[in-house]
Formats: sequence, C-alpha cells, structure tokens
Amino acid sequence: MAELRAEMVANVWKVVAAEGDAVSEGDTIVILESMKMEIPVLAESGGTLSRLAVTEGQVVQEGDLIGVID
Amino acid sequence: MFDVVLVANRGEIARRIIRTLHVMGIRAVAVHSEADAGALHVAEADEAVLLGGAAPAESYLDVAKVLEAADRTGAQAIHPGYGFLSENAGFAQAVLDSGRGWVGPSPACITAMSDKVNARNLMSAAGVPVAAGTREPVLDADAAVVAARDLGYPLMVKASAGGGGIGMGVAEDEPGLRAAFETARSRAERFFGSPEILLERYVRGARHVEVQVLGLADGTVLALGERDCSVQRRHQKVAEETPSPGVGSDLRARMFAAAVAAGQAVGYEGAGTVECLVDPGRQDFFFLEMNTRLQVEHAVTELVTGLDLVAEQLRVAAGDPPGFDPAAPPVPTGHAIELRVYAEDPQRFLPGPGTITRWVEPSGDGIRVDAGYHDGDTVTPYYDPLLAKLCAYGTDRAEALARLRAAVAAFVVDGPKVNLPFFAELLAEPEFVSGDYDTGIIERMRS
Repeated sequence: MAELRAEMVANVWKVVAAEGDAVSEGDTIVILESMKMEIPVLAESGGTLSRLAVTEGQVVQEGDLIGVID
Repeated sequence: MFDVVLVANRGEIARRIIRTLHVMGIRAVAVHSEADAGALHVAEADEAVLLGGAAPAESYLDVAKVLEAADRTGAQAIHPGYGFLSENAGFAQAVLDSGRGWVGPSPACITAMSDKVNARNLMSAAGVPVAAGTREPVLDADAAVVAARDLGYPLMVKASAGGGGIGMGVAEDEPGLRAAFETARSRAERFFGSPEILLERYVRGARHVEVQVLGLADGTVLALGERDCSVQRRHQKVAEETPSPGVGSDLRARMFAAAVAAGQAVGYEGAGTVECLVDPGRQDFFFLEMNTRLQVEHAVTELVTGLDLVAEQLRVAAGDPPGFDPAAPPVPTGHAIELRVYAEDPQRFLPGPGTITRWVEPSGDGIRVDAGYHDGDTVTPYYDPLLAKLCAYGTDRAEALARLRAAVAAFVVDGPKVNLPFFAELLAEPEFVSGDYDTGIIERMRS
C-alpha cells in the first residue's frame, strides 16, 4: 500500500484518476495548483487506486492524504 | 497631478507604488482580499478597501469591485502595478470611461501588444527584427507540424495571449512539438482564455535582454537602458541585471533604436518594456514581446539611472512633463542586480507557502529590498511566490556581486521554503560570475 500526500498547501485543480482505476508508476492522479503553478501528483508505484481522498476545488494542507494505491 | 490614487495590486509592488505616492504627496488607496487583510500594503496606505475572497477572481481581478472602490474613495487615477489587471485593455478602458486617469498605455496599445502574433507582425512592419515564426495563430497540432517544416527545429511553442512563461515549451522534433503544443494549448485556454498558439524559432544559447522605454505625454519615446533577464527557471525570471554583460555598445544602440521604433509604432505612453532574444556570439537580436506595464525588475533600472519610474508613470498619466530633461535623459552609471526571493524550495523550485516566523532584511551600501511580507505574515497558495526583490548596486559588476553575496547571507526568512540558498549558489557559480551565461544556466546548474 502506498499513500500519496500533498507536498504543500494547494488547491486541487483537477482530479485525473478515479477510485478503483488501475494505475501505473508515473501516472498522474491529481493536479494541484499553488502559487500560479500546476503540480501533478504522480503514482509512485503501480496498482489500484483504492482510495481517492480529494475532490476538485478542495484546498489541501501539506501532508494531507490525496489517495492510496494498493 | 492627482491627489488620490488607487493601487490595484498587492505585495511588494503595491508597497513600492504607495511609497512613491507618499513622496509625491498623493493620498494612496489600497485594495485587498480577505487573505491580505493584515498585509503591509494595506497598513501603509492612507485608506484600504476590502474587495472580496482570497481567490484573485473574487478580489484583485474583479473589475467592478475595483472600480467601486475607486468611486467610494474618490480616487482620481488607478495604478495597476504588474500582473492582475495591468494588461487588461477592458479594465483600462473602464477606468478611462469612469473619468479617471489610467497609469499605463492606452487600451489600444495594450490590445495591440497583448496578442503576441499581432505584436510580432506589427514590430516586423515597423522594421524591428523578429525571429522566424508563424504569422497566423496556430490552432491544432497538425497545423503546427506543417508550420514546423518551414521554420525548422528547435521551436519555441507559446500561447499567443500568454505571459509569465506559462505553457511555454521547446520542441526539438515532431513528437516533442505535438506534446509541447498540447501543453501550451491547454494552459493557454485555462490561463488566458484563448487557445491560439505561436511557434517561433528557438535560439540556443540566447540571452533574454529587454529595453525599458518611457513614452512621454508629448509623444516622445525614450529608451532608458536594458536589463538582462537570462537567469530563468520554467521560462520565468529569477535574477536580472543591468547593463547586460552580453550586449556590446553597438548592439545596445541598435536595440535602443528598435525599442524606440516599437514604442513609436503604437504611440506608446508611460513605462513599457520591449523584450528581446539576444544571440551574444553574433551580437544580434530579435523582438519577443512588449510588456505594456511596469516590469517587476524595474528597480535595477532605477538604481543605475536614479529615476523613479513610478513617479514618471504618474507624470505621464497626469499629462505632466517628466521629472528630468527629456533632451538629456539620465545616462546609466554603475551596475545593478536583482534577485527575486520566491517562496519555493531551492532545489526543484516548487512552491512552498507557509507562515513567516522570522523575517530579517539585509541592509547596507547599495542594497535595496522591495518586500511584500514581514514577520507573522502567511504566504498563501493564492498568489505568485514573490516575497521580495533583493537588489544591489555597485560602481561595477564585481562590487554589485560582492554586496549581493553579503545581503543574501544576511537575509533571514524562516517558515516557508525560500530560494535564498539557490541565490548563494548562483552568486558563486563561475558561469554567472563570469557574466557569460544564457537562459540555460539554471538547467545546467541542476542537471
């Protein structure tokens, strides 16, 4: 199991993957936006996106859970 | 001259404009978002008006709210700073229609220059050299591939309506062009509301050098010196200096003449910047774009000329003569360098918002700090990451560098991630110290 966490305070601009999707290492799960910059959050390993903890427009704090890959 | 001026901006530039307003005896009105209620620009203004929520669309970009604030406070003119509404021709027109002064060029000038394809064609017709590129907007990847056959690789792919490096990418071949095109188009639509793309021949090893122009109330256009902005990450500037170490006196004269021709071609009024790419080996240059506003890095020009560019902008907007003899504009002396202190990590340059627990600004001979933050402020994710501009003046480049090194070491910002350690590296990097660097310098430092 691998947890994806936000590296910084940001706005969730786009949710690219859906809960239950099969993902490969390097796939974009969500795209965050902070300080006029887009920051893609990538799958660090392949597997199933068993949990997606954010929705578009939501503000995440540094360390907040974004998703879980099993 | 105006008695009351509204500053439609935030952060360091709002403070910097307020400072000049006060020097000129003008009442300063600030506007702010809910997130900036405790900001320095709000405290330093004579009056402040809350616009709305933290998101720029609800505050600093809301034309109706800014105009309402001007109404309520009796502001006779609006200074837009840079970014936000500064290059919005509709806003400029609305300000003028409300009977107020607009501290910037005419809406027609802004419109002519805001479309990069149009600006290129206009400049080419005025005899200003432009890089080989598309003369019509490119709307899909297949058309881009066809255009690339004529232009040749490498190519720069950018949004026609864009700015700030957003969506820009270099393509080395057809697959790279297709990928860069899609990125540029999606960002162009999202950030600039237009999918139009421009392709331009990319010059390897080029320097990014711009000329400061000032169009006076009587129609005269002056070139007030150049700035080298080649230190960039993600096609965004992080350090600037004047004079450019890569521009010889003959090239400088040609660039100034072209910048004046560019300004005259559009009847430019106020402060503006003609951005160029310079091929230092061939001592050749191409027009890139014109920024129809005060530039972030205007401070280095002020340090070597002794001018107050904000004061000159206000004089032009009020129809007054300049504060110097236009027949003998100040000749730049010495050397000035600016570093953009960003809230971002110094390795990957990713944003690092946070609360500032300690803020100590350097001072000393030749040091100028234009800051938007201080102790206790929270740097939020809503705005750009510029915390402060750290500038140093010296009688020559070596002195400016030495002063800057000491100032970087003395600048303390605890809390958010900041790029000060990167600047310590840059100021020790032989390529930068030699002056013989180009727009690829950061990429080389990080590879």
